[in-house]
Amino acid sequence: MAPAGCKILDIKDLTVEVEGKEIITDLNLCIERGEVHVLFGPNGCGKTTLLMTILGFPAYKVKKGRILFKDVDITDLPTNERVKQGMGMSFQHPPEIRGVKLGDMVNIAMGRKEGKIDERVVELGKMLNIPVEFLNRDVNLGFSGGEVKRSEILQLLAQTPDFLMFDEPDSGVDVENIELIGDLMNELLGREKIPSKRERSGLIITHSGFIMRYIKPDRAHVMLNGRIACSGIPDEVARHIIEEGFERCVKVCGEKVCAE
Amino acid sequence: MSQEISERAQRAKAKKALLGEDVDIERYTTETNEYGPLTSLGEISKEYEQDLLNAGIEPTEKERSGSFLQRDRSVIFSRVKYPGLELMSTTEAIKKYDWLKDYLWKLIPVDMDKYTAEVELAPSHGYFIRAEAGSKVTMPVQSCLFITSEKIRQNVHNIAIAEENSELHIITGCSVSHTVNSALHLGISEFYVKKGAKITFTMVHNWSGGMEVRPRSAVAIEDDGVFISNYILVTPVKSLQMFPTMYCRGRNARATSQSIVYALDNARIDLGSRAVLQGEGSRAEIISRVIATDNAKVIARGDLIGAAKHVKGHLECRGLMLSDTAEVESIPELKATRRDLDLSHEAAVGKIAEEEIQYLMSRGLSEEEATSVIIRGFLNVDITGLPDALANETKRMFDMSLKKVM
Ligand SMILES: Nc1ncnc2c1ncn2[C@@H]1O[C@H](COP(=O)(O)OP(=O)(O)OP(=O)(O)O)[C@@H](O)[C@H]1O
Ligand SMILES: [Mg+2]
Repeated sequence: MAPAGCKILDIKDLTVEVEGKEIITDLNLCIERGEVHVLFGPNGCGKTTLLMTILGFPAYKVKKGRILFKDVDITDLPTNERVKQGMGMSFQHPPEIRGVKLGDMVNIAMGRKEGKIDERVVELGKMLNIPVEFLNRDVNLGFSGGEVKRSEILQLLAQTPDFLMFDEPDSGVDVENIELIGDLMNELLGREKIPSKRERSGLIITHSGFIMRYIKPDRAHVMLNGRIACSGIPDEVARHIIEEGFERCVKVCGEKVCAE
Repeated sequence: MSQEISERAQRAKAKKALLGEDVDIERYTTETNEYGPLTSLGEISKEYEQDLLNAGIEPTEKERSGSFLQRDRSVIFSRVKYPGLELMSTTEAIKKYDWLKDYLWKLIPVDMDKYTAEVELAPSHGYFIRAEAGSKVTMPVQSCLFITSEKIRQNVHNIAIAEENSELHIITGCSVSHTVNSALHLGISEFYVKKGAKITFTMVHNWSGGMEVRPRSAVAIEDDGVFISNYILVTPVKSLQMFPTMYCRGRNARATSQSIVYALDNARIDLGSRAVLQGEGSRAEIISRVIATDNAKVIARGDLIGAAKHVKGHLECRGLMLSDTAEVESIPELKATRRDLDLSHEAAVGKIAEEEIQYLMSRGLSEEEATSVIIRGFLNVDITGLPDALANETKRMFDMSLKKVM
């Protein structure tokens, strides 16, 4: 176990409301530096809500609890301040912005104020099989499901945060591209290093668990009705969910793991 | 001028326009200083240089095929640097060419309203630009109509003719000096795109809070002709109303109009574009982007009339509201008079979406930076159909105008 104080993210007793409705209740989650966690849970249980709250989107109102990031309380910071501290996210449903090109987003993510789609941007695009014409398209406007995923990873690649959140990076992505995305996620998270040397951390939402063929997370959590219902070893948790469903999995691993 | 035309103008002297609030022409004077000619554009006094630059005019005349400058009611500069191109004041052209009468008041009725009548009865020049048949003038001609005196009327009549298979690119800047509080600009523009010819027309309006502006413009496009208009207004203006019409008369005539308006302060703007598709297979696209802030009120109109076989027209009007005291009214109209054609429109008015701001903030921008990126994006229409250099130039003008806004 890593010593105390090297937590990158520490969420304590978090309760979150969206549009006046409580979505997350008394949630606790802790991620150590260098670790990658995976988050499972049925549709609508609050996974995206949790990520948006960590990122500080104002529609997600923290009613109770604190979020510590690198030992600093960020609960009341605006999103861009949090991003400055080193977090980044690949969105499940990013908005379209007319007149703002994907290439512009890459420049922005790199911290360039005004930028052309230059060699550096094109080079990054190539890493995701994204051609120049695509960099010139308005961001997310008419992007296919798989294109959205690649565009999001591209922006993270430009941003290089040290805590990365991925909201369903594997949904709707074809076999070839999932391998590409998986490899890049490994690279972004510095997974090639031995565990004690890993600096980057991550939190990945996945339904299928496909992405786990490429990236081996350290821990898995199952979310039910706005709470972490159980946590455990990723492959085991995934197997239980696939074979027995969420409820049953929580029951089984609840006995084995969460009691520890 | 023919007797008949001036009589019609006389009778329309008090005729109010259909659109826009009524302007009291008599508040403005036709008595102004006359200014002597310049030998180069660069000679314009330093004091005015920025006012010209703001209207997209290049004082060095670099990369321009010709330059024209009218100050108040005097034409003070006109130079052509390109064979196959003619450029002079309309007054001079009328003297020189008897045939010009076939082009004056042929697209716009002289008795349309009191403003057209006024320009006929008390004209103060304007420009005449003509590309000879077959000549491709790829470098733009620049013309500037500049107001430097208080309370004047500037009544210009502009004519542009692209003869068969020629190409003409016009950059027009209408500008008012920062030293002037109020004035009236009336501008008649009649453009002719002959068979297989092309005109691109980029117009920057650089007005100020006391300006009243009533342009009246129309374009006739013959077989396979192309007309592209880009219009930019990002400065304050007291009152502006215009509704230029593009007549696609010939087979496969093409017309495109793109307008970018940033309305601020107490501006009253009523702005539209109309395309009349009369030639078989002709096409028109009308795009407008309007941002309204402060107490500005904008009416954004679009009108497509389909009256021939296989014509196609599309209207797109988007408005962005930055204040609760501003107003945008979008009025798209489609009229079809037969069945084998296709007309469509989309219109949307709204505020900046919070989630777009948040998305940009999640990539590291502050809220203000994110807002400005979204506004720039909103106004960023793709400019197609211009030669590369001119496209870059136009882009630069957009950017410069936008920088002033942000
Ligand atoms: N802006 C909103 N307004 C109203 N309800 C919302 C809003 N955002 C989220 N919710 C609700 O909160 C709940 C949790 O949504 P969330 O997006 O976090 O689920 P999720 O676990 O990510 O689901 P999925 O697996 O389908 O992506 C859902 O019931 C959703 O409808
Ligand atoms: Mg979700």
